[in-house]
Amino acid sequence: MLGVPRKMTDSSSWRPTASLAVLKKRADLLKKIRAFFYARNVLEVDTPALSIAGNTDPNIESFSTQYTGPGRTGELYLHTSPEFAMKRLLAAGSGAIYQLCKVFRNGEAGRQHKPEFTMLEWYRPEFDVHQLMDEVAELINEVLGKKEIIRISYQQAFIEHADVDPLSSNTAALKECANQNGLEHVIGMDDASVDDWLDLLIDQVVIPKLGLGRFFIYDYPASQSALAKISNNDERVAERFELFIDGVEIANGFHELTDTDEQRRRFENENKKREEKGLAMLPVDENLLSSLESGLPDCAGVAIGVDRLLMLIMGVDSITSVTTMSSVE
Amino acid sequence: MASYSTNEFRSGLKLMIDGDPCSIVENEIVKPGKGQAFNRVKIRNLKTGRVIDRTYKSGESVEAADVMDTDMQYLYSDGEFWYFMDPESYEQVGADVNAVGENTKWLKEQDTYTVTLWNGAPLTITPPNFVLLTVTETDPGVRGDTSGGGGKPATMETGAVVRVPLFINEGELLKVDTRTCEYVGRAKEDD
Repeated sequence: MLGVPRKMTDSSSWRPTASLAVLKKRADLLKKIRAFFYARNVLEVDTPALSIAGNTDPNIESFSTQYTGPGRTGELYLHTSPEFAMKRLLAAGSGAIYQLCKVFRNGEAGRQHKPEFTMLEWYRPEFDVHQLMDEVAELINEVLGKKEIIRISYQQAFIEHADVDPLSSNTAALKECANQNGLEHVIGMDDASVDDWLDLLIDQVVIPKLGLGRFFIYDYPASQSALAKISNNDERVAERFELFIDGVEIANGFHELTDTDEQRRRFENENKKREEKGLAMLPVDENLLSSLESGLPDCAGVAIGVDRLLMLIMGVDSITSVTTMSSVE
Repeated sequence: MASYSTNEFRSGLKLMIDGDPCSIVENEIVKPGKGQAFNRVKIRNLKTGRVIDRTYKSGESVEAADVMDTDMQYLYSDGEFWYFMDPESYEQVGADVNAVGENTKWLKEQDTYTVTLWNGAPLTITPPNFVLLTVTETDPGVRGDTSGGGGKPATMETGAVVRVPLFINEGELLKVDTRTCEYVGRAKEDD
């Protein structure tokens, strides 16, 4: 092509990063997942990856792109999970639904992260988090082989493995806990929030100490509720759970927030946090808020990282070796 | 002062940590799906060679170290300094014993080495992975012994002592792995 400089690449860099054996396992895993939901009468859906709204979560960066029309022009965002669109389906009366799709998160790359990865997300009307955890366990047993998943609350996990109460400690106490656990040299924590310290401690102390095995951690702090309901029994916690397998974060689930005003407040708070961090504030999803207003059924939902599941199936520790190719190299 | 943000971290990047020039050996982002990201980094202190672990809250910036790897020709030593020359600019630098360290045993005049410069001064010297050196001293060769078993020490022209097969004689040119100090094979001058 004239005028377009050709970039020389390593002569073998065109090759897929996953072996054919892995790709067959991937196809097999997707088939098993679909069979699992087909047998349970959960409908597969396919929602748009592009949206006029972004994700306001201050710890997740949306990709954006320019739409040139016809019709309205301007910025569109690639979804970081299909959550908002799926909730609109639920509000429209879809009943139980699941989706397998690519989601996009800017700035994330590493042994367990890719800027573009495969997510399985599903919603169950009338389920609470414990019923949904039961169903997650059934799926995990199906694809990884049967094994017990131990359930432990966020608070209990911290008390047992880091000797600190995550629901009542201030930053000074959490910093002291980090020091006690060999994390005295973490740079950039001078103005860290309680949640920053908790994120550091769960990742570097609590989860490593849980060790190998399957664990549900539930009742996350209310400050980390994201899109989960605050518990009726204890307002310090949200009805949110995560699944960790052999130290890797696999799933994140909520008893979904259905209150429109509360959802709007959380979006606005998140945008405020983004502004404080020097990040762009993003347009909130008014369509989602309208659908909540019209009535989201009481439901629980969960997202699972499919590539990480495949890593566990293959017994490898790098996401690159289970994904077909890299979009950035 | 130039600096790097954590999202520019990659192996080989040179940073100033606690006043010493360091190089990133391994950079791993750790991030809960919905939480704060951190960079867990293994860093080699280029002065001491020691590797340490550090964790950075993602988004932090770290001062860059003015460290450069340059291929230079070894000229001579006056006992205190080992002098190297940039083959293009003919500029010379003197490396002290801290910079040269144990690598004196591989230095052969006219040969090319990687000189790591920090603020223009030599920080470390790295020999090529493989060098060709002549044996200056070893027990007489055992003719016909090609078993490779056993072996004997041989002193090379630069002072390095390498374990070689019994059939090797003084005056022979050998290919040696500088990383393991191991004999690789006999060599010809144009290898």
